[in-house]
Amino acid sequence: MQVYIRSAAAISPQKTFDGATFLGDPIEHNSTRLICVEPGYDTIIAPKLIRRMSRIIRMSVASALTCLKDADVASPNAIITGTAYGCLEDTGIFLGNMIRHQEEPVAPVAFVQSTHNTIGAQIALLIGCHGYNNTFVSGGASFENALTDAAMLLAENDKGTVLVGAMDEITDMSYAVLSRMGLYKRGAVSNLNLFDSNSKGTVGGEGAAFFLATNTPSANNIARIDGVKTFYKPANTTEIEQQIASFLTEHNITANDIDLLITGNNGDVKNDEIYTELQHSIFIGVPSAKYKHLCGEYPTSTGFALWIAVNIIKTNSVPAALQGSRTLRNKADKLLIYNHYQNNFHSLILVSAC
Amino acid sequence: MNTVVFVAGVGVISAIGNNLPECIGALEKGETGITDINYLPTNHRGSLPVGEVKLSNTELAALSGFSPAASRTAMLSMVAAVEALHNSGIGKLQGLRTGFVSANTAGGIDKTEDFCIDFINDHNKGKLRDMLYHECGTITAMVAEKLGIKNHIVTISTACSSSANAIMYAARLIKHNMADAVIAGGTDALTRFSLNGFNTLMVLDEQYCKPFDEHRNGLNLGEGAGYVVLVSERVASMLSNDPYCTLSGYNNANDAYHQTSTSPEGNGPFWAMTGALKMANLQPEDIDYINLHGTGTQNNDSSEGAAIEKLFDPAYPKMSSTKAFTGHTLGASAGIEAVFSALSVQRGFVYPNIRLHTPMAEFSFVPETEFSKRPDLRHVLSNSFGFGGNCSSLVFSKV
Amino acid sequence: MTDLKEQIAVQLKLKNIKPEDISTDAPLFGEGLGLDSLDVLELIVLLKQIYKVKVSAEDGPKVFRSVKTMAEYITAKQAQHI
Repeated sequence: MQVYIRSAAAISPQKTFDGATFLGDPIEHNSTRLICVEPGYDTIIAPKLIRRMSRIIRMSVASALTCLKDADVASPNAIITGTAYGCLEDTGIFLGNMIRHQEEPVAPVAFVQSTHNTIGAQIALLIGCHGYNNTFVSGGASFENALTDAAMLLAENDKGTVLVGAMDEITDMSYAVLSRMGLYKRGAVSNLNLFDSNSKGTVGGEGAAFFLATNTPSANNIARIDGVKTFYKPANTTEIEQQIASFLTEHNITANDIDLLITGNNGDVKNDEIYTELQHSIFIGVPSAKYKHLCGEYPTSTGFALWIAVNIIKTNSVPAALQGSRTLRNKADKLLIYNHYQNNFHSLILVSAC
Repeated sequence: MNTVVFVAGVGVISAIGNNLPECIGALEKGETGITDINYLPTNHRGSLPVGEVKLSNTELAALSGFSPAASRTAMLSMVAAVEALHNSGIGKLQGLRTGFVSANTAGGIDKTEDFCIDFINDHNKGKLRDMLYHECGTITAMVAEKLGIKNHIVTISTACSSSANAIMYAARLIKHNMADAVIAGGTDALTRFSLNGFNTLMVLDEQYCKPFDEHRNGLNLGEGAGYVVLVSERVASMLSNDPYCTLSGYNNANDAYHQTSTSPEGNGPFWAMTGALKMANLQPEDIDYINLHGTGTQNNDSSEGAAIEKLFDPAYPKMSSTKAFTGHTLGASAGIEAVFSALSVQRGFVYPNIRLHTPMAEFSFVPETEFSKRPDLRHVLSNSFGFGGNCSSLVFSKV
Repeated sequence: MTDLKEQIAVQLKLKNIKPEDISTDAPLFGEGLGLDSLDVLELIVLLKQIYKVKVSAEDGPKVFRSVKTMAEYITAKQAQHI
């Protein structure tokens, strides 16, 4: 796999959009629900068009259009999105209306907007992109599948560009349901102290991140994705170590070659055990950084992690906002993202300077 | 890169049968599966015809091995996937890198609906376990676990073209040597969400649908699941049964015209079809049968027809929409129709476009109205066009 | 008429447009507000839910030509019920 990243844009619960410094001014959230910092959309999306867009669609479209603009690409060859929940707000609205009106006809827009590929379709519609358009909804592997699809497409086509995105939102309904399922911390906690409490639960998050991927080498490329792997419900730590080991071997590297390991700790003591174990075994001595205190926990958070990795490579620095050991081994040459979502899908993304 | 992808197995469940022989039998006899609503608890019973699988959740649970409290979407998926798996013979081979690429649009929303009825007025109410099935990806993962598949557990959701995109992705995993054998296709259960959603779009026919008829009035929703087992050439050579056919071409293109309507000229459909033919290295005259998307809506049949006219005129292949049998099964439609198409090219089956009384005046072609057997069928084209302008076409070729 | 304009603005989420900006006679579709086929369906629901008046999909384009034609249709249909 050799997928160059030309540009990246993200809207998150931090100031990551609108030309802000690279996580220079982290926002403290005292809540178990981290909500995105949304930009003013007037200069990005025409008011006439934005009227139907729910939050997730607006955030995704804005990130996508900005990403394309930064890459100087008017229309890519393909648009691929990864989202576990899709357009949750619209789904909830339509369901609610349907139940309240006892299946009498209600307004259709929320139904139309609730289809999972609406985001990819809206982007295509806005820029007149007639190319390949796909949406992955594989829970915690949605974004990784999208990256794999993009990589295959780029291997199949000369001089190709693929717009790849990850997005998920939190709504009143999803927050209530996931809270009842015991996913979150009891009582408010500062996200900046997420990893200090040694207790059950995490904080909910959301975000949209887009990348312009290409197979064309260029001085304008900011990073390169060398490998993506997911594995499902590993039986034990040994199996996880084996999966990681074979991934490293496949890419001709050892743990010593990794300048920074970005891990998906989410503040839940049980969830985070594996990261500690691996940092005493296969990842021993590898500098590491945590990111979920900034964006919260959600199935496609690796989109945000990749945005961070790409920017670390671009700036050759690790922002103080990340937590963990945080210093690079040498320069920002090889970064590895390792994350799991609720021990269902585990994922590895290897990102290099180019 | 591997270059050839074979269809080694197929599995299907729909309104016209609970397995492959039953479905093909119904297609041959011209027996529609569209009826009044029998199972779905909805206020539209008696007013909207649908293509329901003729099994209750309890019966499907027994067939699939899932709890009766699980999502119907998962049950349907399991039944068809198991048939495809057994049918392919890959279970007898050791050391295969397998995968399960499944599509759906509704996920477990049939259970979410139940939850919401109580939750909506009091956020502390509603059976929490009903929400465990909500995500599209969860349905796939549940079935993959039961099938014993641990890698390439992938879910795709692009409205009505979903399963076609799943089949394409699976084929590419094999071509890129990332997998040896992949079960690919899709599933969708009839839900109040979809039924009411399409009803608000005023595209449902209150009578039995008439795809490609001049006086068509809309679609009937259906449910079901359909999977093909795609394998590499190396794996195909190791299996005792001959493959059904090859997947010789595919393409996905975006109409980018409107959120729910297709462009009147059928641009997206045209690009999807031409791209699939190009990959298969075929000319339009090489296609012997088209399994149309043919939903029965004014818009789809007009646009799809326009695209077909542009591509094939004056030499049209035989064609039909099987949605008059099964209803429009949304995320499952391309998977179910892929199974029908594979059988078509293998056995020379040309299915009838039932309930077609008055051909569309704007076109010179007329879909088939009778079932026939054409042993000289070489290549079959299957179309699936979805919301968001997502247009996919698959080409199946005789081995 | 102003009520109807306000209801249209809310139903179709025309946030930046005030009721007084919606001309009574100007076409709602094409130029004017630039509404589309999904908006037709939204307006059909609006008329049913608020005014208890039914519009078929075929009548949609005629009825929704402008705010004026909408208002006239509502008045006519409601008179039929009296």
